[in-house]
Amino acid sequence: MILKKFNIENKKVRDLIPQAITVLALLSVIIYFATNAQINMGNRGISFGFGFLNQEASFDITFSMIEYDGSHSYGRAFLVGLLNTILVSVIGIFFATIMGVVVGISRLSDNYLIAKVAEWYVEIFRNIPLILQIFFWYFAALRALPLPENGISFNDISFLTIKGWYVPKFIWTNFNIFLLSVIAAFIAIYFINSYATKQREQFGKQIPTTIISLTTLLLIPLITFLFLGVSLTFEYPVLKQLSPTVFTYAGGVSIIPELIALALALSMYTATFIAENVRAGILGVGKGQKEAAASIGLNKNQILKLVVMPQALRIIIPPTTNQYLNLTKNSSLAAAIAYPDIVLVFAGTALMQTGRAIEIISITMLTYLTLSISISIFMNWYNKKMAIKEK
Amino acid sequence: MKSIKTWILVGFATLLLVACGQGGGGAGSKKSKTLENTKKAGFVKCGVSQGLPGFSNADASGNWSGIDVDVCRAVAAAVLGDADKVKYTPLSAKERFTALTSGEIDVLARNTTWTLSRDADIGLTFVGVNFYDGQGFMVRKNSGINSVNDFKNGISACTNTGTTTELNMRDFFNSKNISYEPIAFEKADEVVQAYDAGRCDTYTTDKSGLAAQRTKMSNPDEHKVLPETISKEPLGPVVRQGDAVWEDIVRWSLNTMIEAEEYGVNSSNASSLKDSENPAIKRLVGAEGELGAAFGLDNDWSLRIIEQVGNYGESYKKHIADTGILPNRGPNQLWTKGGILYVPPAR
Repeated sequence: MILKKFNIENKKVRDLIPQAITVLALLSVIIYFATNAQINMGNRGISFGFGFLNQEASFDITFSMIEYDGSHSYGRAFLVGLLNTILVSVIGIFFATIMGVVVGISRLSDNYLIAKVAEWYVEIFRNIPLILQIFFWYFAALRALPLPENGISFNDISFLTIKGWYVPKFIWTNFNIFLLSVIAAFIAIYFINSYATKQREQFGKQIPTTIISLTTLLLIPLITFLFLGVSLTFEYPVLKQLSPTVFTYAGGVSIIPELIALALALSMYTATFIAENVRAGILGVGKGQKEAAASIGLNKNQILKLVVMPQALRIIIPPTTNQYLNLTKNSSLAAAIAYPDIVLVFAGTALMQTGRAIEIISITMLTYLTLSISISIFMNWYNKKMAIKEK
Repeated sequence: MKSIKTWILVGFATLLLVACGQGGGGAGSKKSKTLENTKKAGFVKCGVSQGLPGFSNADASGNWSGIDVDVCRAVAAAVLGDADKVKYTPLSAKERFTALTSGEIDVLARNTTWTLSRDADIGLTFVGVNFYDGQGFMVRKNSGINSVNDFKNGISACTNTGTTTELNMRDFFNSKNISYEPIAFEKADEVVQAYDAGRCDTYTTDKSGLAAQRTKMSNPDEHKVLPETISKEPLGPVVRQGDAVWEDIVRWSLNTMIEAEEYGVNSSNASSLKDSENPAIKRLVGAEGELGAAFGLDNDWSLRIIEQVGNYGESYKKHIADTGILPNRGPNQLWTKGGILYVPPAR
């Protein structure tokens, strides 16, 4: 009895040993690198610490979503860079997804011209290195844009020039109330949708949820404008002369050309991969599924929405998650065209001014890791939601 | 199966632990590890710019030249006897100090400004100044801007990231109370392209850099450098902290070039001056004293520098003046001729 018990224990121990050794080995490697770096830094008179994050940065940044100037700290500069990275990633992912889906579906089109154009687009843009595409959009497109005094005008309220795209600035009063109303609208839409689902499942009643949702989204915020004192005015960009031949626009918001070029390059490039995922997803749904759906009387839209897409999404989501991660990481190429992302601002300028290479690169790596893992977790959640629900 | 896997893992871990025991020693500096390593490798590891005419620029066949490159060549001539035994590593402003502190290069001769924080804080030592510079602004000639006082709110300025320029620019515009749009690129070529395309109204960097980059514009005559200088930029070679002998070698290689000009010793007359009357000249060409021994070098080290690389004046004329970058030597003239180049005596 005792012997038997010991044997079981022994087996457990035996299973644990390799794992323990692996962990130990991994730890040794990390400790080795850490001590080695420490000794070398010590020898060269370099100290280690994160105190610099509170020091005054004393450099300015072109474009920031939060209040920032050189008198703020390096920590604040980090935040500016991080937000800029997130901004370009979100814009890039948004447009890459839309373009990817459109191009992916176009490749399957019966129209020869549309299918061929989509195919050529995919083949050209996914086979040229991204950095070259970024340079192309930045320098080639930049040179094509006019100087501010000849800016391309959109109805005299918005101007596209080599120095950026100047758009009107929104000036809100009682913005908080408006924001709350939008949130309230979304909550209402959620309840409407779950009620509609219940009605359909229990009584087979179809409720036009799309139209009702859109109306709700428009109506509730509109009420705040009419009755709750919310108002919105615009500050339009105005041409300003700096010297006999130098012009710029004052007022309004400037969307810098670096952001436009980077977002354009990232989404054009990533869209090709997403398009291929979409095509694979749709082709991956058996023909019999569509025929079966047609035979029970669903129309073309219903087939796509209720039968093909739910199954195709299961194939599309996992590889598309990878593309979202790639896009986010690729946004670090921003440094080449002076878009102030985290790499340019923090791992670039801040690193140079402080000389804290190890600290800053570690923080930057950790930041990208966190960003990537967050996207991963969200996409895994979405994937699980879309997976086959076994009943 | 399982036991084999286990043993492999155990073996792997043991190896790692042994490796740990041996490692960790790091760079314990005795006499001059850098000098020993350089002699062993047979070349001087020198960090230069990614292309700045006059300072360090590679031609179509990959040969580097410029006054910064001449510092590397002088060190190679002194240490290895051949000025061509240099391995050049082109570095961006951002990479340069890490490359030096990590040991990828041993001398950084890359138009680097000597500042207190760089000297004291990040494990570097500046050995001298081979070019006295100052930050300026370039604008289009037709802009009607004739002085920095003509700058107005909303001006956009292109520059390099990771440089003192970025900080000086802020200090300058803040002191003038002008709001500006800073656009900072990683590489100088992109700054030039963006400015040339009209993305920014002014391009700011060291004046020598402006003069050199102007030659790369699509139409150099359309641009001009404003007269004002907004900062002091003493540019010079840098070495790692902690190797005093190597530091001295680089410092005195540079000093030798300047001192040689002061005494009229140049690449063509150096060897014939061995029996000069002037003891200072005799020391320079290795005919008197045992100066090289102090660094562990032979006595002809300085003669080789002068013969193979030339004196400072020759270097300046060849790379900066004759190329039309800055024909006038300005502060980079010898102290005896109204400039501020003054080096301690080599004795």
